[in-house]
Amino acid sequence: MRLRSAVLLSLMMASTGCATARGRAAAPVTPPAGAGVISVPFHAQEDHQCGPAALAMTLGWSGVGVTPADVADEVYTSGRSGSLQPDLVAATRRHDRVAYVIDGRDELLAELAAGNPVIVLQNLGLSWLPRWHYAVVVGHDPVTETFVLHSGRDAHRTVGASTFAHTWKRAGDWGLLTLPPDRIPVTADEKRWLAAVVGVEQAGRTETAAAAYRAAVARWPESLGARIGLANAQYAAGDLDGAEQSLRAAIVAHPNAAVAWNNLAHLLGERGRKAAALAAARRAVAIGGPDVAVYRDTLAEIERR
Amino acid sequence: MRFSKTFARAVAVIVVPAFLSCVTAQSAAAAMVSTARVVGAAAQSDARAKVHAFVARADVQDVMTSWGVSPEEASARVAALTDQEVADFAARIDAMPAGGNVVGIVVGAILFVFLVLLLTDLLGLTDVFPFIKKKR
Repeated sequence: MRLRSAVLLSLMMASTGCATARGRAAAPVTPPAGAGVISVPFHAQEDHQCGPAALAMTLGWSGVGVTPADVADEVYTSGRSGSLQPDLVAATRRHDRVAYVIDGRDELLAELAAGNPVIVLQNLGLSWLPRWHYAVVVGHDPVTETFVLHSGRDAHRTVGASTFAHTWKRAGDWGLLTLPPDRIPVTADEKRWLAAVVGVEQAGRTETAAAAYRAAVARWPESLGARIGLANAQYAAGDLDGAEQSLRAAIVAHPNAAVAWNNLAHLLGERGRKAAALAAARRAVAIGGPDVAVYRDTLAEIERR
Repeated sequence: MRFSKTFARAVAVIVVPAFLSCVTAQSAAAAMVSTARVVGAAAQSDARAKVHAFVARADVQDVMTSWGVSPEEASARVAALTDQEVADFAARIDAMPAGGNVVGIVVGAILFVFLVLLLTDLLGLTDVFPFIKKKR
């Protein structure tokens, strides 16, 4: 059990040395016929550079034209001769894309069918003799039971579904999508998408985060988190009019959301509309909730102005 | 690296009281409730959780720097992760296999390993050798 969890841990957090298929000529560029293959620009993965190359491929698909060399500084860790999963996630956000992690075959197939390429971490070797590798899955052919991968020096390499499943599972069935902010993946529900967008907001990409929250509001109009997120991102981006509008819309949809009242109070106070700010802050305190201390602070601050 | 980690912890301990007062001051000065808090991505909004997140970020940056990432780059990488993600990262970072990924193999074992991988490749369990035509 101990060994098992240790192996699992090292699998989860492993950096990848990028096993590269050697001894092959230049990769074929035409996709195999029949399979529903997503058009994804190909970058050959040099030794140890599968992480940067995989990221450059999916970013390229999403409209961010970068080379593996451009992103190597952001994801490659020389001391580990590879790239760590959190660094791929962070770098995705730093290029104004939403990093969305999937888990397992069903989600992979659904996202491929929806036209979203997926970066996968594979262990091409064995659990006790790992060969970590990032590839980009660009297609699946249910007839021949194969996956189509941009991997190593091969574009559109076909791999049997069973072999792929083994190599993927051995690395924790971890997959990463790098999406434009308005492209909500098919496997996403409100909670997962918002969690992914919070990461974009955390990364300080406020306009991208606002676009992604706006997509969430359109998809899930009842979502308080989406509306608050939109307002916070607009506020952070300096769009105070937009933020106020979003908060008022949040209050229309959720009149008893103390958070919306509190944030509106703060915003109005900052804009010098003291009377309206006080009313909103009092409303937040009256509704209360676990963050009531924050609302009281807001009220006190506005009273001091 | 040990030294700098210990040093970072010591600094954190010294800085914590000051930082706590910052947190309090901040909550009065900038009282927007974060999206992370609203969507449940931030577990707690109390000062202790904030300090913990602060220390976790410093720890992860420290380890990354020891792996040859420049301090500026390490800081930029960690800054693009949420508190939760950094906490997961920090919790597992010591469990990462040290050094390279190549297993140190005594020469006598190489043939054995080759045969094992050849066999597993033929069975379609692994995908090491490109010259093996895979069983589907």
